Amino acid sequence: MDIKDIIKPENLVYQKTSLMTDKPLSYCPGCGHGTAHRILMEVIEEMGIQSETIGVAPVGCSVLAYDFMNVDMVGASHGRAPAVATGIKRCWPEKFVYTYQGDGDLAAIGTAETIHAANRGENITIIFINNGIYGMTGGQMAPTTLPGMKTSTSPYGRDLKSMGNPLKMTELLAQLPGTCYVTRQSVHSPRNVRRAKKAIRAAFESQKENKGLSLVEIVSNCNSGWKMEPVASNEWMVDNMFPFYPLGDIKVDGKLVNNQ
Amino acid sequence: MKELRLMKGNEAVAEGAIRAGADGYFGYPITPQSEVMEYLMAEQPEKRTGMVVLQAESEVAAINMVYGAASTGKKVMTSSSSPGMSLMQEGISYLAGAELPCLLLNVARGGPGLGTIQPSQADYFQSVKGGGHGDYNLIVLAPSSVQEMFDFAFLGFDLAFKYRNPVLMLSDGLIGQMMEKVELCEQLPRTTHFDRSWTLTGKPDGQERNIVTSLDLDASMQEIHNLHLQEKYRQCKEAEVRYELFDTEDADYLFVAYGSSARICQKAIKIGRSEGIKIGLLRPITLWPFPAKPLAELASRMKGILSVEQSAGQMVEDVRLSVGSGVHIEHYGRMGGMIPTPEQVLENLKKLLIAK
Repeated sequence: MDIKDIIKPENLVYQKTSLMTDKPLSYCPGCGHGTAHRILMEVIEEMGIQSETIGVAPVGCSVLAYDFMNVDMVGASHGRAPAVATGIKRCWPEKFVYTYQGDGDLAAIGTAETIHAANRGENITIIFINNGIYGMTGGQMAPTTLPGMKTSTSPYGRDLKSMGNPLKMTELLAQLPGTCYVTRQSVHSPRNVRRAKKAIRAAFESQKENKGLSLVEIVSNCNSGWKMEPVASNEWMVDNMFPFYPLGDIKVDGKLVNNQ
Repeated sequence: MKELRLMKGNEAVAEGAIRAGADGYFGYPITPQSEVMEYLMAEQPEKRTGMVVLQAESEVAAINMVYGAASTGKKVMTSSSSPGMSLMQEGISYLAGAELPCLLLNVARGGPGLGTIQPSQADYFQSVKGGGHGDYNLIVLAPSSVQEMFDFAFLGFDLAFKYRNPVLMLSDGLIGQMMEKVELCEQLPRTTHFDRSWTLTGKPDGQERNIVTSLDLDASMQEIHNLHLQEKYRQCKEAEVRYELFDTEDADYLFVAYGSSARICQKAIKIGRSEGIKIGLLRPITLWPFPAKPLAELASRMKGILSVEQSAGQMVEDVRLSVGSGVHIEHYGRMGGMIPTPEQVLENLKKLLIAK
């Protein structure tokens, strides 16, 4: 097959979902956000729910998520996305409502909104990107920063005694009766991308059946914030983030997995 | 036949919201306004009209639920009292920036800080001069009766959608807690049409999606947005000034007072007139836009003006800006939840304006 054959429409094996706009992504090369955006939009496209979906963008690196996701979207103030989503979903219970939030947004400033939306069992889906750092503001310590990890506001490493422990929000939320599906995924390899996409699909299916809040945490790299090359950052993530934030389902169909 | 009911101010605004066809209420308990949500929960508007009522985990969450629902074109509101309103200011700034309509109610109490739970008008600056960050204005209505607590739910939603701007009802613990006769009007239907030029209802096939945000990282674009907001505020200033005059035809002295203070001033006018002092009252109904022109016109034939507020003197600044330097203007007020008597108001008119 030569190049002329390869580019023929009938030989097309993959194309960008029309639910991603053509706007160049504002994320650093090597970052996991772009892949997370893509699989989220692919799920919405495959479910055929674009016209029934309203997304909520956070404050953080993905503050401009609405520039890239081709669905109706609102930009929330920092941490309040679950409250904003609650307001939308309560008034439009028949729509699909999701938030897309980072760790600072969801697990620091927005802790109350996240926990209470989950505890009320709001029928929304939260996509939670955990890279253990504040990327947007230049690499400060996040609630999920690992013990001893260096950031611009923990330049000698996170000292647990004075700076507190990393917050495992996903495990915490899984304990609440209002959550239905809680899982932790990653997008650093093709296999993990497929799994993460499956998880997002399961989260939206659970929303469709009004089962309560569904949460997909995606442990991601932040090569800029971690000051590493993209490949090295992914290796570091596997070696350091995954042992602390183990991948896999934590709660399925309202039941905790493996006695978590 | 007229439908009359004896109600608290806080209950009247809740009933008004249901009958105005509101789609949702999101709130958090705080004295002296908790009856708003209590009334709604007891009334179960979900069964009456389909209106949603939700108790949020904080005022911060409540205002952001309003922000979310308002971004979809729904008619939604929240209510709180002074400390809770302070917590909501960030969200209110976002609502104004994103040009979202909604109704806000402050049943104000004494401050600063946790203050008291008694009535106060010390949130005037917060209400009319911004409150949150950035160049924005709220349309501010000041009810001075339980009837107006009911009526302004309708007016508030109308103005909010007309200008795509948050409307704030600045009430106080006195108007919220007292009971008066209210004439209720017919139930309005809830909205079924949503303006796709800005609302988020899900991107229709073949149409552009909508984005609601107050963010524009391009400063030159943000300035254009600000100019647009300022033009909207200018139009609102021209068209929406509301006020009421009371005994001003032959008056030598003028009270300027809103809300509960205006009620107290009406009694002070009666006592004053029985003593031969001709006093009138200008009651701003819209605190923003402030009735500057009618006040200036009236002021030119007055010997003196007394701005009466339950504060250290906040609205008096707008009275002075409206009138200029030609007329003697003084402020009288009590603070921290104390309410002046009509006799005290009259005494201070004599002391501050007539004796000088």
